[in-house]
Amino acid sequence: MEWLGLLNYAVFMAIFICIYALLAIGLNIQWGFTGLFNAGIAGFFAVGAYTSAILTSPPEAGRVGGFDMPVPVGWAGAMVLAALVAWPIGKVCLRFRSDYLAIATIGIAEIIRLVIKSEDWLTGSARGITGIPRPFGDLPYIHSQLAYLALVAGVLLVVYLLVERQIRSPWGRMMRAIRDNELAARAMGKDVPSRRLEAFVFGAALMGLGGALFAHLNRAITPEAIDPMVATFLVWIMLILGGSGNNRGAILGVAVVWVIWSFSEILTDRFPPEVAVKAKYIRVFLIGLMLQVVLRFRPEGILPEPQRGAAAKEKR
Amino acid sequence: MDFLEFVNFYIVPGLVLGSIYALGAVGITLVFAILRYAHLAHGDMATLGAFVAFAAVTLAGVPLYAALPIAMVATALVAVGIDRLFYDYLRERPRIVTVMASLGVALMVRSVVQVIWGVDAETYTRGIVRPENWWGIRLKDREIATVLTMIGLVLCLQLFLMKTKWGKAMRAMSDNPNLALLSGVDNAKVVFVTWMIVGGLCAAAGFFLGLNTELKSMMGWQMLLPMFAAAILGGVGRIEGAVIGGLVVGVVEEVSVMFLPSEYKAATAFAILLVMLIVRPTGLLRGKVL
Repeated sequence: MEWLGLLNYAVFMAIFICIYALLAIGLNIQWGFTGLFNAGIAGFFAVGAYTSAILTSPPEAGRVGGFDMPVPVGWAGAMVLAALVAWPIGKVCLRFRSDYLAIATIGIAEIIRLVIKSEDWLTGSARGITGIPRPFGDLPYIHSQLAYLALVAGVLLVVYLLVERQIRSPWGRMMRAIRDNELAARAMGKDVPSRRLEAFVFGAALMGLGGALFAHLNRAITPEAIDPMVATFLVWIMLILGGSGNNRGAILGVAVVWVIWSFSEILTDRFPPEVAVKAKYIRVFLIGLMLQVVLRFRPEGILPEPQRGAAAKEKR
Repeated sequence: MDFLEFVNFYIVPGLVLGSIYALGAVGITLVFAILRYAHLAHGDMATLGAFVAFAAVTLAGVPLYAALPIAMVATALVAVGIDRLFYDYLRERPRIVTVMASLGVALMVRSVVQVIWGVDAETYTRGIVRPENWWGIRLKDREIATVLTMIGLVLCLQLFLMKTKWGKAMRAMSDNPNLALLSGVDNAKVVFVTWMIVGGLCAAAGFFLGLNTELKSMMGWQMLLPMFAAAILGGVGRIEGAVIGGLVVGVVEEVSVMFLPSEYKAATAFAILLVMLIVRPTGLLRGKVL
């Protein structure tokens, strides 16, 4: 029994790591390859989660939908809607330095949170949306978990391969050129704001997909499901620690940070209640401190961005 | 609804809230113009300042308004310390890395507040304050104090920037950092003075927000967006602009309640921010665009 519980927990963790890895790869496209500061990851995540939930859940009185559509439609819808939310923000802000994008994404995440909390007809406000179908949900618990893990890992693998391919392509090279020397890239005739917009929208779509996978895992989504700032910040520290600009680094960072984060939660839950509440905030403090330490002592992360092109060939 | 009622219910609270935003926005605009990055921990530093004043009032029994200078000095020192510990060594790296560090600092400062003071709402004073009637306009003492203190602090700051050596050095760094450094302006001192001022203004913003509403650990973070909207509306680097911007954002937020559900008060600041970035990114008073 102890054994089975451990296995259950490991599978559960692995599913979460895959979902966070999608967010980290999405952020890597924005930050690692393009240098855009998105502080509203949780917002795009929530858009994806709710979109897929509304599209695939069974109809419910007093709320738009559910439309009872197949799950892949929900996932595609999640990506499209997250991208549609990102597009105008990027369009307005990407003409300026990334600081403006940082503020605007904080704003959009806050507004998404307000909409989710107060628009009863759309999101069911505090009750949230329940009855979201789960792929392989009819199997016995552990089989169902394993099957979902395989599904999520499959999605992650496909996304990883596609993104890697994109980064190696001329498009990826151009993005890195823009990030490293915007002036030179502009002088070469590259349309910097449009390229940045592509990266921002593309990354946001992946965050939406991550949200959809999360909603289907839990079969329900409520406003309390994610703490916006902590979730956003966790993804940031995962990417920075793992190595921004390197997708494998991003996934490694997700695994390391998520394991630390969950085990510290198990640890603090064993404290007496009055201490446990404080311990929760101390954990947030430590994760903030961790970012400062990484930025100071190993800004390139565990797995630094690989050198590409001529310089890399010379080394070999 | 007659005019007086409109003034009492929307304009007066709007101007009070706007004064609080203005205090924060002036700090944001200084950091944006002189140090050249968006400082995302600004709101949470305001929260810290508010709670330092709270500790002074409840633990040390300091009179309410005497707690303000105490909190300002304490928060100024914390701001300088944060800069030394977390921002200073990032100076050679792209500025956006410092923005990220400031997001981390925001989380750290907030969790310190939550550990020390908990997450429940607190107030400086108990009991209901009755507003006094000034020719039909109802004003509370603390509302008058908020607006007057804001005006006083901003005037002092303007005087400092115009007349003193360090104020001129700060303006020089804001206008043209390379030229300023070449002319022998001591960057480290400018950074130090800037953070002292910004920290003090943060604490004042937090104190007056706590005085006029209540003290909560998230209060500063929720002020961040309006404060940035105010700074950009006024024009980055323009002190008067930040004040005007703060007052406009405050009044618009309060008046928006007439047309929008009150939950979306926070969205109006965001709308102002986006509209300004589309229509006139330099802001009303022709500030910088980074």
